[in-house]
Amino acid sequence: MTCTEFLAQLDDLLDDAVTTEMRADLREHLRGCEHCEVTLNTTRKTIEIYRSHEIYALPTDLRERLHAAIMARCKKGC
Amino acid sequence: MATIQPIAGENEQHPDVALVERVRGGDVSAYDTLVRKYDRQIFRIAQHITQNREDAEDVMQDAFLKAYEKLEQFQGNSKFYTWLVRIAVNESLMRLRKRRTGRMVSIDEDVETEEGSVPRDLADWAPDPEQNYTQAELAEILRKTIQGLPQGFRVVFVLRDVEGLSTEETAETLGLSVPAVKSRLLRARLQLRERLTRYFRSKKGPKEMGVEK
Repeated sequence: MTCTEFLAQLDDLLDDAVTTEMRADLREHLRGCEHCEVTLNTTRKTIEIYRSHEIYALPTDLRERLHAAIMARCKKGC
Repeated sequence: MATIQPIAGENEQHPDVALVERVRGGDVSAYDTLVRKYDRQIFRIAQHITQNREDAEDVMQDAFLKAYEKLEQFQGNSKFYTWLVRIAVNESLMRLRKRRTGRMVSIDEDVETEEGSVPRDLADWAPDPEQNYTQAELAEILRKTIQGLPQGFRVVFVLRDVEGLSTEETAETLGLSVPAVKSRLLRARLQLRERLTRYFRSKKGPKEMGVEK
């Protein structure tokens, strides 16, 4: 397996959507390719970091204000 | 082949469907529950697309009001949340068009780039790279890094990886094919990884906050 072929499977590997056979081939490639191992690990970490950090938080006061505005309009039939 | 497949989980009603039914029956308080359940996600998606706080506030209000008005059109063959996200994405794009008057804005913008399709910076990251930054610094790095992605990649990454829609739901929401979503997702993930490597590499990372475009 080449690095290009590995990259083509990267998303499916990250999403746990590869067949057992493909997974074995990918693992085999990783054993001999530090670059692809780094790419896999740091891409996985990239996703985790964006999932676990709230970068656009909705502050409570703004949330309540928007919520009140939405519900007032809905009660009037928009 | 025309075989009739039973709908998966036919007897299990999603809690949102019951809430939608109550709203349709005139119980406005059930809509209150739906708004509180999804307002943070809708606000976040709107911010990612418009990249403007005031626009995101307007989009959030408009999306929930439009969903309320169009509730009769909600078929229940997709999730309420996916349906709502589609409305919010469209409202966000409309808001961008208004701001950039006369200029077409679409999720196909700027996707014809080869950047990030092949990893170049292959430095490994520090074991816990977040520890080198305060929460505020980290949030700024993450914001600026994702803002630098082309719109068409950013939206796919946000819906698929941050908001947890499936590939199929993301494709349906954005009016893209499944292969297009997959291609954009891979490139979005690789570009973000590459850009974050500048901050998170395992040697002493740069602490200055001059974030790349």
